[in-house]
Amino acid sequence: MATHRMRMGDGRVEHVSSEGLRADILAGTEDAADRGGIPTITEQERDHLFDLFAYPGRIVGVEAGREVVLSDDGVAGSLYTEQGDSGVGVPVSREQAIRLFERAFGFDTIELGHADYSFKPVKPVVANEQQCMESVLLATIIPVFYGAMPNLATYARPDGPFGNPSDLMPLGKIDEARVAQMEAAGACTRDMVYVGRKMAEAGADGLDFDTTASAGDAEFLATLLAIEELSANTHLSIQVGMAAEFVLGMHGEVSYRGERLAGLYPHKQVKLVEQAGASVFGPVVNTNTRMSTAWNVARAVTFVKACSEVATIPIHANVGMGVGGVPMCETPPVDAVTRASAAMVEIGRVDGL
Amino acid sequence: MGVGDPVGMPMAHVLASGMGGIRTAGDLVARMQLHRKMRIPEAKAFVAEKLGVGVADLSDEVLMREVREDLDIGVVTAMPGAARGLAAKARIARLLGIEIASVEILRRKLEGD
Repeated sequence: MATHRMRMGDGRVEHVSSEGLRADILAGTEDAADRGGIPTITEQERDHLFDLFAYPGRIVGVEAGREVVLSDDGVAGSLYTEQGDSGVGVPVSREQAIRLFERAFGFDTIELGHADYSFKPVKPVVANEQQCMESVLLATIIPVFYGAMPNLATYARPDGPFGNPSDLMPLGKIDEARVAQMEAAGACTRDMVYVGRKMAEAGADGLDFDTTASAGDAEFLATLLAIEELSANTHLSIQVGMAAEFVLGMHGEVSYRGERLAGLYPHKQVKLVEQAGASVFGPVVNTNTRMSTAWNVARAVTFVKACSEVATIPIHANVGMGVGGVPMCETPPVDAVTRASAAMVEIGRVDGL
Repeated sequence: MGVGDPVGMPMAHVLASGMGGIRTAGDLVARMQLHRKMRIPEAKAFVAEKLGVGVADLSDEVLMREVREDLDIGVVTAMPGAARGLAAKARIARLLGIEIASVEILRRKLEGD
């Protein structure tokens, strides 16, 4: 019986039979369909996934001519940052790292970001970030984003001035927790708009809201309101990358333009992001470390295909460590990454990654 | 994209699915996605028409190297005299019929606004 080398969601290698591989692909797409209330991928698409995973070669790629645009969330930092950002600690500056990604590595777009990759800590040093952006823009050709996370949690005590919902809710103080989240969301929106306007002044091509809604529905609302303001009043092209596959209901009653935010999956998230005025949406589908990469990729492309089918703006799926079917491990294996990459384009029908 | 070490993440995606940046026409297609919210088929068709090439040619490194040099919109190799940085972007803005913010800032500085 033929067996296939298979990465698990935590990166370790196992071997599966052809029957097992097909069963994993079917189970993955059915899990996404059940959770999201969306169609499974077709039998033909499942066969294509089988071929990708059964192919014995180390790496795979999309059919020539189907290449897509690459955007990122601080990828230049992987050259000079430390382990926590998967960085390799090479002593190059941010400007040098960006030049390397443009001229040596063939990137289509690039992003400048601060080491403390959230809007709140950027605000007091934004002039430093502006001059770095200006320096980068002088010498680069590809579009340059400024990127940071809304990161609403940094506004709660002890790091910020507002009540901490994670402290309040276990005490049964639900109303107080909700009030604290909305107060924090207001401050978060103001900071994002402030930094966005400064980056527009510096000439940035775009702004990337990365890991959006990491603290739940109130953070998603804060981001949507910032997008509204910046897309209406600046030239910035706005990209929104999500934190997880569905929006956590930390507040539970937050809505935007009549749509309750808690529990939304990517195919509904994208419609709100479009309404707010963003140019690119980056859906996230979380990796289950106990399941195979085939299961995870089948599940991820099912969510992303449903999102892509309803979208009117470009979709750049997140396919990094622990998302989009990629294993959750410090050195992502290229066999799994390239399979997730190709599947996201050819089945997920994305416009970029 | 996402987090990962340079070989395991960005390099893997570049080789598997990426357009190739200024090695090809990746930056130009990206600009149409960002500036006009075009999805990939529309963005590729728009850029191909502007460059006078076929859609499938946009990610052909050999052909696009010549096209970019002929149009002087920036080439990946370090060629003396070729447009770089803002100069290349100014030419790209004119070619694609878009406004690029950093180019507009330079233009305003030159015009004394």
